[in-house]
Amino acid sequence: MRHIISILIENESGALSRVAGLFSARGYNIESLTVAPTEDPSLSRMTLVTRGSDDIIEQITKQLNKLIDVVKLIDLVESVHIERELMMVKIRTTEHTREEIRGMADIFRGKIIDVTPTTYVVEMTGPSSKLDAFIAAIDGDSIIEVVRSGPTGISRGEKGLHL
Amino acid sequence: MELNGAQIVIQSLKDEGVEYIFGYPGGAVLHLYDALFQQDEVKHILVRHEQGATHAADGYARATGKPGVVLVTSGPGATNAVTGIATAYMDSIPMVVISGQVPLPVIGSDAFQEVDMVGITRPCVKHNFLVKDVNKLAETIKKAFYVATTGRPGPVVVDVPKDITDPRIKVPYKYPKKVSIRSYNPAVSGHKGQIKKAVDLLLTAQKPIIYSGGGVVLGEASKELTEFAHTLGFPITNTLMGLGAYPATDKQFVGMLGMHGTYEANMAMHDSDVIIAIGARFDDRVTGKLDEFCPHAQIIHIDVDPASISKTVKVAIPIVGEVKPVLEQMLEMIRESKKKPSKKALESWWKQIDQWRAVKCMEYDRSSQLIKPQYVIEQLYEVTKGEAYVTSDVGQHQMWAAQYYPFDKPRHWINSGGLGTMGFGLPAAIGVKLAFPDSDVACVTGDGSIQMCIQELSTALQYNAPVKIINLNNSYLGMVRQWQEFSYESRYSHSYMDTIPDFVKLTEAYGHVGMRIDKPEDVRPALEEAFAMKDRTVFLDILTDRTENVYPMIEAGKAHNDMTLRVADGTSTDRELA
Ligand SMILES: Cc1cc2nc3c(=O)[nH]c(=O)nc-3n(C[C@H](O)[C@H](O)[C@H](O)COP(=O)(O)OP(=O)(O)OC[C@H]3O[C@@H](n4cnc5c(N)ncnc54)[C@H](O)[C@@H]3O)c2cc1C
Ligand SMILES: Cc1ncc(C[n+]2csc(CCOP(=O)(O)OP(=O)(O)O)c2C)c(N)n1
Ligand SMILES: [Mg+2]
Repeated sequence: MRHIISILIENESGALSRVAGLFSARGYNIESLTVAPTEDPSLSRMTLVTRGSDDIIEQITKQLNKLIDVVKLIDLVESVHIERELMMVKIRTTEHTREEIRGMADIFRGKIIDVTPTTYVVEMTGPSSKLDAFIAAIDGDSIIEVVRSGPTGISRGEKGLHL
Repeated sequence: MELNGAQIVIQSLKDEGVEYIFGYPGGAVLHLYDALFQQDEVKHILVRHEQGATHAADGYARATGKPGVVLVTSGPGATNAVTGIATAYMDSIPMVVISGQVPLPVIGSDAFQEVDMVGITRPCVKHNFLVKDVNKLAETIKKAFYVATTGRPGPVVVDVPKDITDPRIKVPYKYPKKVSIRSYNPAVSGHKGQIKKAVDLLLTAQKPIIYSGGGVVLGEASKELTEFAHTLGFPITNTLMGLGAYPATDKQFVGMLGMHGTYEANMAMHDSDVIIAIGARFDDRVTGKLDEFCPHAQIIHIDVDPASISKTVKVAIPIVGEVKPVLEQMLEMIRESKKKPSKKALESWWKQIDQWRAVKCMEYDRSSQLIKPQYVIEQLYEVTKGEAYVTSDVGQHQMWAAQYYPFDKPRHWINSGGLGTMGFGLPAAIGVKLAFPDSDVACVTGDGSIQMCIQELSTALQYNAPVKIINLNNSYLGMVRQWQEFSYESRYSHSYMDTIPDFVKLTEAYGHVGMRIDKPEDVRPALEEAFAMKDRTVFLDILTDRTENVYPMIEAGKAHNDMTLRVADGTSTDRELA
């Protein structure tokens, strides 16, 4: 199953490599990994998407917790949560495809943020599955470049991941 | 007090109560060595190879329970230390390694003797630090000791760039009495509800067994474990790392379990209905084939590291906590409980165990004209009255030492179990001897292993650490040869060296006493003579039966009840008793 593990980690050099190293050393799979500072400058927030059986996910969370730099973590999938990913897609356009692409971007609530006579850049956020669906909906040959941030997420309601 | 970085390191070690530091100098640590020179509280032991420094510190730590301390220079000094750091890591040994690093401004420029020590050691340390500010140096060292010695112990590396130890830069010094790390709070006492559940299960068990390991040694809980076993009357088995945590001469002890464990221990595990694992981590050498591991048992597991629990074997009742307080709590509940272990069930369980014991899986040919390695260990046990500290290297000799020297006290059996590092034995013995100068220290080794750190004979002389080296010389990398005999139709690919040195002469060249023994009747007198020479390091080169194998053996991928035992004619047999 797919899991989204959200981690508060000390904002220290080397902390990221401890997490990445753990995954490669123990053969766990990483689908995506995002890191950015938080409102507390001493902490970073990391969101990691991985897949595995319940046993493996249990080991992954235990091993992550064992890292001295990891302050706290939750598996977002265990409760109701919101997941968002940012994507930018550069699409080659011709006179008669431009309208269709604009329409498609609209349906998916994307925005066109760069225009040249032969290209569009579409910006879109949403759960990863929505972004996948958009890609599937456009002609693959016209896609020049796809850039995705990898998902991040937050739990719903009052519960939160903080100190 | 204002001190420079180099003085801060040394003063911090003093304030931490460090007695010995095992090290080797070089460019990046020259300031540190200068500060060491100007004091005599912390004693520095100059080894002959940095691997030796880590193993010696490790041996010291295993014997005393105090953290071992190592000092090495950057680059090759640091990389030479890695094997010893990984050895300590795999066996959860507390150790603090201070490594020199090139100055901060040149880090990353492929400077002379630069390696990314923090990166290299990351997967084999509990934690590591790169010190970037001399004002944080003392606190970082305190944190290193704190992390290394608490929770599940382990090695911690502190990488110190040369400019941090610059003698011209002085800063206020204060060694913190305590540190806390917000993201690090190891569990101590276990969950009461879980402990209660465990006690209930134990008291209804029909065929119970206690499986205890290195965690009992690390957690100083031998007394509690012994009382626990005696109170319940259950059979108890130890892992290789747990030997000595429970007195091996006690009648409830059924021997070591696992690949080279006893028949009775493995059969009892296989047939049991309730297992309580105490500070043991279900290593593959112990479990054998996982799908067939203890098929009838409900398992209770006490471990301070939650990641050790249900890692390879799913357990019914996990208890995260230190063995000592958890066992104390269990004992109290057991005493207060109205339920008692079923006498009838235990009687018939012990009857069954006695039948397995009657197989006498540890018998060997005592009438041989050749020196049997098992006999040497038995004699070593008698000559040292079972009270020596015994270190070992890795191979067949290690297993024979574990099997034929019944340890009654913890911290006396000192070996590399998890990493299985050849070269460990001699430097470790030196570390032990320095800690306990009045005790007998024996290093049981093999002709292959001893050559991996033999240079430390020189260290033993310089620091007057007289150890007795028992070389079970079979002129083979015996453990490798055994596997090749069993699994590769005796194709002995490179498990033999035909230029083994003359160990007697070699030892003499290092300034010690060497003896060669090639007749069974000479073994005992030679051991007596060696141990009578209290202030000399003696190397006993004992030429043993070259073809001897370690039995019993669970071959790779087999289950506990599928062991290979020795049969009378010296060949082995697959024996399946149910
Ligand atoms: C050639 C060779 C053959 C071997 N054959 C065998 C064999 O036949 N049988 C065998 O048993 N081993 C054998 N080994 C050793 C094996 O590889 C493992 O090292 C060993 O089995 C691990 O022992 P352990 O489970 O006691 O764990 P250890 O490595 O000692 O780990 C201790 C466990 O206790 C926990 N712990 C630590 N401190 C505490 C505390 N205070 N409170 C609670 N928990 C704590 C730790 O988290 C850890 O899970 C062999 C090794 C070699 C090199
Ligand atoms: C550093 C290292 N290299 C290789 C091995 C693999 N290995 C395990 S036992 C062994 C043979 C050891 O030979 P020796 O020291 O003579 O002991 P014996 O088995 O003959 O008693 C080897 C090569 C190891 N454990 N450690
Ligand atoms: Mg040998």
